[in-house]
Formats: sequence, structure tokens, C-alpha cells
Amino acid sequence: MFKNITRRASTFAAIAAAGLLAINVQAAEPIRIGSFLSVTGPASFLGDPELKTLEMYVEKINADGGVLGRQLELIHYDDAGNASKARNFASRLIRSDRVDIIVGGSTTGATMAAVPMVEQAGVPFISLAGAVVITNPVKKWVFKTPQTDRMAAERVLNDMKARGLTKVGLISGTGGFGSSGREQTLAAAKEMGGIEIVADETYGGSDTDMTAQLTNIRGAEGVQTILNFGFGQGPAIVTRNYAQLGIELPFYQSHGVASDGFLELAGSSADGLRLPASPLLVPDSLPESDPQKPVVEAYKSEYEARWNAKVSTFGAYAYDGLMLAVEAIEKAGTTDKAAVRDALETIQGHVGVTGTFNMSADDHNGLQADSFRILEVQDGGWNLIN
Amino acid sequence: MMARLSQFRLKGLLFLAIAVFAVPLFISNPFHYGLATQIALIAGAVVGLNLLVGFAGQISLGHAGFFGLGAYFSAIMTSTYGWSAIPALIVGAIVVAIIAWVVGRPILRLKGHYLSMATLAVGFIIAIILNNEREITGGPDGMPVPPFDVFGWELSAFGQYSLFGMDISGDLAWYLFAGVVLLAAVWLAQNLIDSPIGRALRSVHGSEVAASVVGVNTAKYKSLVFVISAVYASVMGALYGHFQGFITPSVASFDFSILLITMVVLGGMGSTIGVIIGAVVLELLPQLLADFQEMEMVLFGLILMLTMIFMPKGLLPTATNLLAKRRSKSAGGDA
Repeated sequence: MFKNITRRASTFAAIAAAGLLAINVQAAEPIRIGSFLSVTGPASFLGDPELKTLEMYVEKINADGGVLGRQLELIHYDDAGNASKARNFASRLIRSDRVDIIVGGSTTGATMAAVPMVEQAGVPFISLAGAVVITNPVKKWVFKTPQTDRMAAERVLNDMKARGLTKVGLISGTGGFGSSGREQTLAAAKEMGGIEIVADETYGGSDTDMTAQLTNIRGAEGVQTILNFGFGQGPAIVTRNYAQLGIELPFYQSHGVASDGFLELAGSSADGLRLPASPLLVPDSLPESDPQKPVVEAYKSEYEARWNAKVSTFGAYAYDGLMLAVEAIEKAGTTDKAAVRDALETIQGHVGVTGTFNMSADDHNGLQADSFRILEVQDGGWNLIN
Repeated sequence: MMARLSQFRLKGLLFLAIAVFAVPLFISNPFHYGLATQIALIAGAVVGLNLLVGFAGQISLGHAGFFGLGAYFSAIMTSTYGWSAIPALIVGAIVVAIIAWVVGRPILRLKGHYLSMATLAVGFIIAIILNNEREITGGPDGMPVPPFDVFGWELSAFGQYSLFGMDISGDLAWYLFAGVVLLAAVWLAQNLIDSPIGRALRSVHGSEVAASVVGVNTAKYKSLVFVISAVYASVMGALYGHFQGFITPSVASFDFSILLITMVVLGGMGSTIGVIIGAVVLELLPQLLADFQEMEMVLFGLILMLTMIFMPKGLLPTATNLLAKRRSKSAGGDA
């Protein structure tokens, strides 16, 4: 009898000890950051710099002692720009890898495919994709770091109005970025008033000549300026055609072409065109008083030193996403998903590369349209206008 | 001979049923259920495609188009117009059948590469329409799909259900549902294969001239099987959309068409169980290889290449051949 009791007691003690040990081990467990990105496939120009940025800064944060005294662990998958793969990997991250937070989703399609899963499981998710549908209407668990295409449209239209240009000829690509941008431009113009879209042309993703559309726009009555919303090689061809046709109207592009690659493709025909862009393209021109200047300069130099490649705006979205996640976890003091989500929602004045984030219950993006800088191409380089 | 054949057919179905219902014993992770559900639905579409490719010997490189059409029809009808899922699925299948019949009549007169090119074009056209009709389909960014519902009862991968007094998760419920659908698809296909239609189709595969000489209306049977395989794709596409909860035009993409036809070829053309194995392998491999990161596509390509070099008839037929050979050898040794 007595023997039995001692045996039971010792078993109990062993279990308790094991339990304590388990708790101890758990405290030292890494914080798991999940990510699904379009590292290969047609959207690899988004996913590749995003992955490089995440890898590099997770390493850096770990070397500096981690977050809440715990190391970060990055678990990432390549969705190849395919929405059903993105959904599968989101499912894998949430249910199999049991990550604490997700930073990823290079394209709007990939992000939106993962949203039902994320919302249901209740995991904080910071998307790196552009379209306005991601955070409008607000979804409880979904946040995003890039400005919306709506903001880009508003920023451009405001700049036009400031220059007294009120009759706009719009040309856009038929891809996801271009068609969503077209929609938002039309809506923004209607809402702002005092500015009118007088021509509305489109081109396909693999078209090689847009002179017909540009000629139509030039022929539209009273047209004062041209705006192109598109992605990839299309906008570069539009720019060249615009120069070939000798059109003298002021020319605007969207933030979709805000990269040095575009300047190389478009060559001298890009001179004089304006576009909304991240301050990352013009770190040296930013005034010293700009709070973003040190963040932008540090990111640019660290990225270029580590990867020996040009920094890109898209990588900066991942930088901001990771830093927001880290700030939220630190603020919450735990990786409890609901607490981190609540902390994300209350982040104020977070200075990132893309802009200054002020999150709230009804704004899960936290950026203002003026976080876009208007740049003008001059002599094959970027020039900050305002 | 016939008795043995039909026995084998039932064995295949039985084997599949055991496999489908044994899977839950080995997995408990909801992510794995999700993957298994997806495999079952895609395998259903592949079984349909196999009727066309494996039995009638006609190549379709645009089958994802029908899969996408079914998915989008159901998605649009249930979300925008508030239909229930079952009528949306049935009407979608009828619409796809009509489209397949209309385009099938002229293009099935083509042979070999020309037929492949024509089906390729059909697939592309469907994908382009889904991409460009932004107001209806949401364009390249895709659209959300409501959960599958039967008489007001919703089947959601996130729900909780009780079946025969047991509590089961939505993932498991979806998996069982998809498994039953797959079994039904296989049963239908096997019956079709062993019917006069199936024999007529195989005669078309063997030699179209000989088939028409003995009085088989080759044109009729070819378009019939084209329509049937398109309907398979449409129904599976509709279910796939409901399961995923969100679809983009990538479900109708060229890549997906190629994946479907690869499943048929890899698993073994003309073997219903074989093509299901093809679907399982091609859906699981990317998940298993995901841990290799950059090497993923290289390994994937290598595995496919080696399989096709050393098992040109496909996985299952080669394996059964090997087994049969070994058995006859050992039988010979005994004698």
C-alpha cells in the first residue's frame, strides 16, 4: 500500500517536473514568423526582394538578441504567384507550422486567397500586396504595408490639379494592377471633382505597341495630360510610343514602374514624366528634417551591402511588415495572437521605409496618400518634386 | 477473360474506397485534410480527362478551361445571384456541356497536333475571358466563393459537424464528401468504360478508320466523351471553388491544363486508378519538396523525367506489369 503511494507520488512528481521543464523549454522557443511569397513565377520581381529582406532582417534581429528574449524563426514558402498554392501554404503555416504571425502575400490574388483561412483561424496577417480591397472593408486579422492604388490615384490627380491640368487621358494595362488602378482612378476622379477623365484606353500585358491607344487619347477633346496605370514592360512601351509620337502633354505613370529597371527600359523618352513613388528611390534628396530619411538610408545601404543588388520598393514592403510585426509583439509583450492583433491595430507613428504608419480600428493600412512622393524623371534619374 | 476484367474493375473501386476511408486514420492535421480534399477533387477531374485521353485517345490541352468555367459559374451564381450551390453546380455543368458540345463538334474533326492546338486555344480563350470580365469575375485578383450548401445546410471547411453522433471537424467533413464524390466519379467512369460506349471509344483509340468501317459513329462518340469529360471538370471545378473559398483565373490557366494532362500520363493513361495515383503524386510532391526551397523545381523536374524514362506507360501500369511478370516467373519456377 505504502509502496503504491510512493510510486504514485514519484510518478506525479516526475510528471510535474516534466511539465515544468516543458514550460521552460517553451519560454525559449522561437517566435515563428510565417511567410508565403511569389519568389518564382511572373511576380518574382515582388517576391524575390521581399524574401531577401525578410531573411536578412530576421538574421539581424536574432543577432541583436531577438524579440522578447526569444529568437525569430522564419518559415517561408514559394507560392509562384498562384492563388491556390498561396491558400495551401497559408493553411500549412497556420495549421501545420503553427506560426505566430504571417508576413507575406506578394500579390493581391495570393493575399485574398489566404484571407478566409487567416480570418477563420485568427492569425495576425500583414500583407505585402497593393490593392485597396485587402483592407477595405477592414478585416479583423488582416493588415497591409503598401499604399493602396487608390492613394496613388489620388496623389497623381492632386498633383495634376495643382498644375491646373483637369482633363485626363487614362491608359491602363489589363493585368490585375492596371485594371484595379483604372477602377480606382475613375472612382477617385469622380469623388474629388474638378477633374475629368476624357479618354479611357487599355492594353494587354504582352502588347508591343500602344501608338493606337495614345493617338486616340491625343485626339480626345480638351485632353491636357496622360496617366498610365500599368505594370511590367507595358508602361515602358507606352513611354517610348509617347516620345515617338511627339506628344507634348504632361505625362504621368503609376507607382508600378517606380524602379530603376523602368528607367533603363524607357531610356531618354522617360524624361519629364512624373510618378508617385516611395522615398526609397531618392534617399539623398530627402530633407534632413524628414523622419523617414534615416530609416530609408539604413535599409538601402544594408540591403545593397548584403545582397549586392539594387534595392527595390517591394522589398521595403516586407521590411515594414516585419518591423510592424516586431513592434506589435514587443508592445503586446507576448505572442498571443489576439494580443498581437490588438497591438498592431494601435500602432501609431511607426516610421517605416514606405511611410509613417498610424493604424486604427478602421484603417489597417495606416498610411496617408502623402507618403507617396511625386518624382520627376530628369536626365535618366529620379528627382524629388514634393 | 471478361470475368477477370470486371473483377479487376471492382477490385480497383474497392481498393480506392478502402484507401479513401483509411486516410483519416493516418492523418489528424487539418492542413493534411485540406490537401487530401483538394487531391480528391482534382483527381475527379483527372478521371474525367482520362476518359478522353486514355480511352478515346484524344488530347485536350485546355481542360482547365472547363474546370475554371465550372468553378466560376458556381461562384458567380452563388455569390452574386444568391443561388443555392447544387442548382448552380448542375446548371453550370449543363452550360459547360453545351459549350463543350458546340466547340467539340468542329475541333474533334482535327487530329493529333491540330486537335491539341484547338483545345489549347479553347482553354486560353476561357482564361482570357475570366481575366478580363472584371465586373463579373473580379478579374485577375479573383473572387470569393461562399461555402457549399445543401438545402440551407452549409459545408464549410471551418465548421463543426456531428455525423452519426460523432463530432467531426469541417475539414474532415469536406474530405469525406470529396472522397465520396471521387468514388462516385470513378464508379461512373468504370461503368462507362465497360459499356458499349466504352468499347466504341477504345475502338476509336485503336484505329479510327477501322472503327468507322465496323459501323462505329466515331464523330458522335468523340464529341460525347469530350462533353462527358468537360462535365467532370466542371463539377469538380465548382466543388473546388466552394472548398477553396476564393478562386482566381489561375484555375483555368494553361499551367493547370498541363498539370491535369501530366497527371493522366504519369499515372498511366487508360487506368482509372492509375491516374488518381498520378494526381496524388503530382499534388503531394510540391508540398514534400517545399522544404528544399530553391531546389524544388529541379527535383520536381528530375522525378518527372526519370519516371517517364523508366516507366513510360505510367506508374500503375508499369507496377502491375512488373508484378505480373514476377508472378509468372515464380509460377514458371514452381512448374
